[in-house]
Amino acid sequence: MADVADIRTGRLSAVALAENFADVHRPLDPAAALVDANRCYFCYDAPCIGACPTGIDVPGFIRAIATGNVTGAALTILQENIFGGSCARVCPTEILCQGACVRNGDGDRPIQIGLLQRHATDHLKSGARHPFTRAPATGRTVAVVGAGPAGLACAHGLARQGHDVIVFEARSKPGGLNEFGIAAYKVPDNFAQEEVSFITAIGGIEIHSDRTLGRDLTLAQLRLDFDAVFLGLGQDGVRALDAPGADLTGVHNAVDYIAALRQADDLAKLPVGRRVVVIGGGNTAIDIAVQTKRLGADDVTIFYRRGPVQMGATHHEQDFAQINGVRIKHWLRPLRIDNHEGAVTAAVFAAVGQDDSGSLADTGAEQTIPCDMVFKAVGQTFVPLGQGGPELAAGRIAVGPNGQTSLPDVWAGGDCVAGEDLTVQAVQDGKLAARAMDLFLRNMEA
Amino acid sequence: MADLRCEFAGIKSPNPFWLASAPPTDKAYNVERAFKAGWGGVIWKTLGEDPPIVNTTSRYGATAVNGQRMVGFSNIELVTDRPLDINLAEIKQIKRDWPDRAVLVSLMVPCEEAPWKKILAAVEDTGADGVELNFGCPHGMSERGMGSAVGQVPEYVEMVTRWCKATTAMPVLVKLTPNVTNILAPAQAAKAGGADAVSLINTVNSIVSVDLDRMAPNPMVDGKGSHGGYSGPAVKPIALHLVAEIAADPACAGMAISGIGGIESWRDAAEFISLGSHSVQVCTGAMHYGFKIVDDMIDGLDNWMDSKGHGRLQDFHGAAIANLVDWQDLNINYELLARIDQDKCIKCGLCHIACEDTAHQAISVTGQGAARRFEVIDPECVGCNLCAHVCPVEGCIEMVPVDNGKPYLNWAQDPRNPQAGPAQ
Repeated sequence: MADVADIRTGRLSAVALAENFADVHRPLDPAAALVDANRCYFCYDAPCIGACPTGIDVPGFIRAIATGNVTGAALTILQENIFGGSCARVCPTEILCQGACVRNGDGDRPIQIGLLQRHATDHLKSGARHPFTRAPATGRTVAVVGAGPAGLACAHGLARQGHDVIVFEARSKPGGLNEFGIAAYKVPDNFAQEEVSFITAIGGIEIHSDRTLGRDLTLAQLRLDFDAVFLGLGQDGVRALDAPGADLTGVHNAVDYIAALRQADDLAKLPVGRRVVVIGGGNTAIDIAVQTKRLGADDVTIFYRRGPVQMGATHHEQDFAQINGVRIKHWLRPLRIDNHEGAVTAAVFAAVGQDDSGSLADTGAEQTIPCDMVFKAVGQTFVPLGQGGPELAAGRIAVGPNGQTSLPDVWAGGDCVAGEDLTVQAVQDGKLAARAMDLFLRNMEA
Repeated sequence: MADLRCEFAGIKSPNPFWLASAPPTDKAYNVERAFKAGWGGVIWKTLGEDPPIVNTTSRYGATAVNGQRMVGFSNIELVTDRPLDINLAEIKQIKRDWPDRAVLVSLMVPCEEAPWKKILAAVEDTGADGVELNFGCPHGMSERGMGSAVGQVPEYVEMVTRWCKATTAMPVLVKLTPNVTNILAPAQAAKAGGADAVSLINTVNSIVSVDLDRMAPNPMVDGKGSHGGYSGPAVKPIALHLVAEIAADPACAGMAISGIGGIESWRDAAEFISLGSHSVQVCTGAMHYGFKIVDDMIDGLDNWMDSKGHGRLQDFHGAAIANLVDWQDLNINYELLARIDQDKCIKCGLCHIACEDTAHQAISVTGQGAARRFEVIDPECVGCNLCAHVCPVEGCIEMVPVDNGKPYLNWAQDPRNPQAGPAQ
């Protein structure tokens, strides 16, 4: 049985798993929040505001924390970004607001904007009441497809203006990647569902789960039944790994495994290999690598075909993987996955070099990495709607400013359109689309 | 290694750092710990007549600024609440055990000669190095005709000081309240009464904060508050000014000064000494951090004196007084311009917005984001220093003197002054 892959459940005790999947960034206590809030210089025309895709008034909310107006701080955040709570947890702040902080200079460190944002939004959550009220009912109805950050940000913006929104979600519950895709330790304790409840508490938003566009619904029918439609479809496709052995049972899509992990009642029941290979260079590669490590995998290695600078994962995420005991190996391209009677035994990589013109070429060297489990994290793709759908650009839905598609009554945003694949960008897409749709709905003939 | 020994009015201490009359000097236990920690002297917490007073709970309120706790501190505690004989016995023991330290005793009894004579005799018997007359506390005892109620009436200050000087051979320090319009009136009264020194400032009358939930001032005693005595770093500038006023006053010449008010570091102490203080007294700093802060006070002052070539405290004592003048004696022809070091600038824009919104519209902004550039518009800059103060980067904005070739001219001489005399 020596060649049988070592894939098992329950590698770690319940206590160890609970510790490994608890909040990865401890929240600031009030005293620590006050100290960091007071480190903020309250810059004129602060660069952190411009670096936030949703344009949150960062110095404004930080000053409110400093003065003890924490509720006001939360409202300042939520006014621009209704997903302020999850963005505080999942945003790559090091390349956004915190990256733009003027205190990044030598011998200094930026304000912990993400943690302060969490401090403020958590404070409001404990107050229960939804902070915004709806405008008088307009009688207009909107269908939102996809209950992820883009769809729900759009739904919230529309509901706030008095329109009624029905959100159709293909999965069993709302939240999108916050619920199914983000690493568990970034949004523990059912945070994604709590946030959805908070957002929908404004009223006027109904979520219908297990309704898939193209199977249970058609865009044509939605356009007939509703005054406008927003598509926040995300990217449901997974890029294929062009290597023999990619279809073996021990080879998994990282996003599918993460979704299963996020929905697991008991993490000890998730089978995980002793030796894990991850192929890819984005944040999904980091997330699957660290989570399998934290599930108890003995040896986890990420393989990426180019160097650290070209990785989609931020520098901060690469560091995080490495302090979690994950190795990252660069300039290695997957050649094939070997097996013994169907079970993965090794992943074989070709060493890649860059010639003077910058194009990649195999050097001829190979590395064989014995492993039990292989995860593909080589990117997600948008699955087009087919006939009657909006026009595409570079494989995703083509949109103008504010998310208008080629169809006059259809808007789109989030990962199904071009742009940064970030929660915060999805929220901004939904927010801007809601504003444009509100104008459209108000100008409609009765 | 500088000589930090301090001596005035015959009182000697190994360094100028004394603990002020307050909770830290309430009893032998604390004073013993203070001397072990290295403090040069103490003013024993104010003794009064028996039976001892009774204190309330709570007693302290505090101001936090930008997360820094106890920048200001307020108390409504009264004088010692222990029997007189216990305090006297402990003072005697401490002085015997610590002969090289200054042990002074703060006193507050009713404004009659007999109680003062009586308590002075008792204190003299302890071997204490001197007494400090508490004419300063603005709360509680002032309602009973003592503390600042005396300090606010120069005639009373002089009268009681005179009684004390006539009664005892011990040096007499008079502790002054800042809660007066003109500090020179009680200071000169102390001098007239024969005081060897003044100590100042006692606490500033204050309401430190209001509890907005219970709608009552802090500190709160069963839902009510009373005005208290304010201390801590927040009061230091007020204290420096009042100390300097007395040090610069010819009528107060010959009277020593023990400086008090927000002193927490060697630098604070050096500033007080440069404005004429002989010793300095600390309370709030010790109450915030414990007695160990004296380590760096001693070490820091020593190092700074070495760096300046000062061998003894006298070498810089009162040295800043010569440069303290009236506004009208300042050189109106002197000009400064702000200079921004673009290499150090972190583009926070605070200089721009401060100048733009609240001063002279003399700092321009060009460019966007990280390429922003802030520059001084020389013709608009009045050299006020605001930008240099708001700038968070040390040394980024420098105020540079302009060589305008103009001679010294003060306001009394300035032709723009309608009251100016003929040119001299």
